[in-house]
Amino acid sequence: MMKARNAIALAASLVLLLVAIPFGIQASGRADLYYTLTSVALLSIISAGVWLTFYIGRINIGQGAYALMGGYVSAVLVTRYGFSFWLTLPLAGLFCAAASVLIGLPILRLRGVYFAMVTLVLTEVARLLALALPITNGAKGIVSIPLPGAVRIFGLTLIPDFATLENPRLAFYIMAVIAMVLCFVGMYRLVNSRIGHLCQSLQQNEELASSIGVDIARLRVIAYAISSFLGGFGGAIFASITQSIYPSSFTVADSVNFMLNCFLGGLSYVFGPILGTFVLYFGWDILYSFGDFQLLIFSIILIALMLVLPNGLFSLRLSRSRGEVTQ
Amino acid sequence: MEQVVVNGLYLGAQYALIALGLTLIFALMNVLNFAHGQMYVLGGFVTYTIYGQMKLPFVLALVCSGLTLAVVGAFCEKFLFRPVIRRSKRDESTMLLAAAIAFLLDAVILLLFGEKQRGVPKIINGVFLSDTIVMPYDRIVVGVVAIVMIATFVLYMQYSKTGRAMRALAQDRVAAQLMGVNVERYSMIGFALGAMLAGVVGGLLVTITGISSGIGGPISIKAFMMVMIGGAGVVGGAIAGGFILGMMESVGLTVLREFGDITYLVIFVCLMVFLSIRPNGLMGKPWG
Repeated sequence: MMKARNAIALAASLVLLLVAIPFGIQASGRADLYYTLTSVALLSIISAGVWLTFYIGRINIGQGAYALMGGYVSAVLVTRYGFSFWLTLPLAGLFCAAASVLIGLPILRLRGVYFAMVTLVLTEVARLLALALPITNGAKGIVSIPLPGAVRIFGLTLIPDFATLENPRLAFYIMAVIAMVLCFVGMYRLVNSRIGHLCQSLQQNEELASSIGVDIARLRVIAYAISSFLGGFGGAIFASITQSIYPSSFTVADSVNFMLNCFLGGLSYVFGPILGTFVLYFGWDILYSFGDFQLLIFSIILIALMLVLPNGLFSLRLSRSRGEVTQ
Repeated sequence: MEQVVVNGLYLGAQYALIALGLTLIFALMNVLNFAHGQMYVLGGFVTYTIYGQMKLPFVLALVCSGLTLAVVGAFCEKFLFRPVIRRSKRDESTMLLAAAIAFLLDAVILLLFGEKQRGVPKIINGVFLSDTIVMPYDRIVVGVVAIVMIATFVLYMQYSKTGRAMRALAQDRVAAQLMGVNVERYSMIGFALGAMLAGVVGGLLVTITGISSGIGGPISIKAFMMVMIGGAGVVGGAIAGGFILGMMESVGLTVLREFGDITYLVIFVCLMVFLSIRPNGLMGKPWG
């Protein structure tokens, strides 16, 4: 019963994202929405990583570091070594995951505000490293990264060359949406698996979990590595869409925003990051017409939201349904 | 070498004051005040307006900076943090609120004062010269004022009734309440005091480095680093962290000059290594 419902929900969301929305955009002629929605999809993937670290009871303000790292890994591999973009995607994610294991082993011992502050510093370290390392080309960054190329197996074109398409925006949109759906299906599975339940025990009480035989050190490194994988993955796609990456592409402000996305969607809901990212990104865009007052109104709305709904937007729903994880 | 040490001490005194405010707020309410850097900037702009534009005495400007920020801090605590802390399921929600307040202050500062870098006339002219040290008089004055303020703050926390109440609150909120401490009132005073310190440092430093609307975030990051070095929520730790960071910056800028702009990279990496050995800083209490 549950499985059938899940499958129907998944199919419905795929139809909505891949058929209904492109059709609507075509009909209204607002092609710029593709770029906005692509960004929302990618940012929600990156935010999903932050959400996972929240899930093990850590406040992660360092996701910008991994997004930046992933973007640079993909950009360097494509421009210097002529790798196919599609190959660099998993490589960027894996590179970030490996780096996060090295970084995470010491810093995951920290908790609460200490972890939050050290990850914030990590974002700044990544930016400074990107400025200082020779391979990242300093403040000038890496520009004119080629669009993703074609993927062919036995002469059969699986993915066309993005540069030859008449509408690469649509292609990027489809790619981002598929990645987002895969990411959140994976997250949903993960949270409802054995590991997910164990992660929740970390959130509640690490000592207790450890005393009944949960290997907390391994578990939190795994969760952090998955989180960083998502960060690097999203960052790599971003670099390819904007065809450039600079040390300032992902800064402390972005890291804070990823965290806000999770907060706003609600920390106990797997799909919270999608909603949070959507609301924050579109809210910011809509307020653009207010000119100088954009930031003022935006922050006032944020504060008001916090006062009215301190537990996130998803907490509005009265009934507990599938997406929610009981606290 | 003496020059480097003197510079480090001067920087450290400023930094310690910033960190003291942040650590006080954290100790009392378990809130990581993201808006601390923005409060510093606001204080700087108040002094700029009163001392730089209206040509009133510097001391008056400094007092106004402190008072403005104390009011802002008390307001934030009473109307924003208190209801959110009461109603949210997780402590971390206050971080979102603090970040939103940081955005709000950024926006207000930008609208009121524009994005230009602002400076004010020197408070005292002239430079102190000796065989090994060159130090402008205004920096000496600012450094001495900062050190006097740190000493006053420590004495106040140690011996006044309010200070004792706040220390009790930081140690154990429930126990303090049971002993008859008015928790809500002292939380508000503590928040106001922390914000006031940020404002006063902003007012002091505007005479030397000037002020601009964009530096709030970087100041917050520096404050976080100092608090991490010393340990969150400990007065002594904040002072130590401030002086250590000031010294490292001063030494780094001299020693590492030939390698380019990597001082902060080195400091960050050192901090990471240090924290992996001592997760709670020099004298911090463990979390939870």
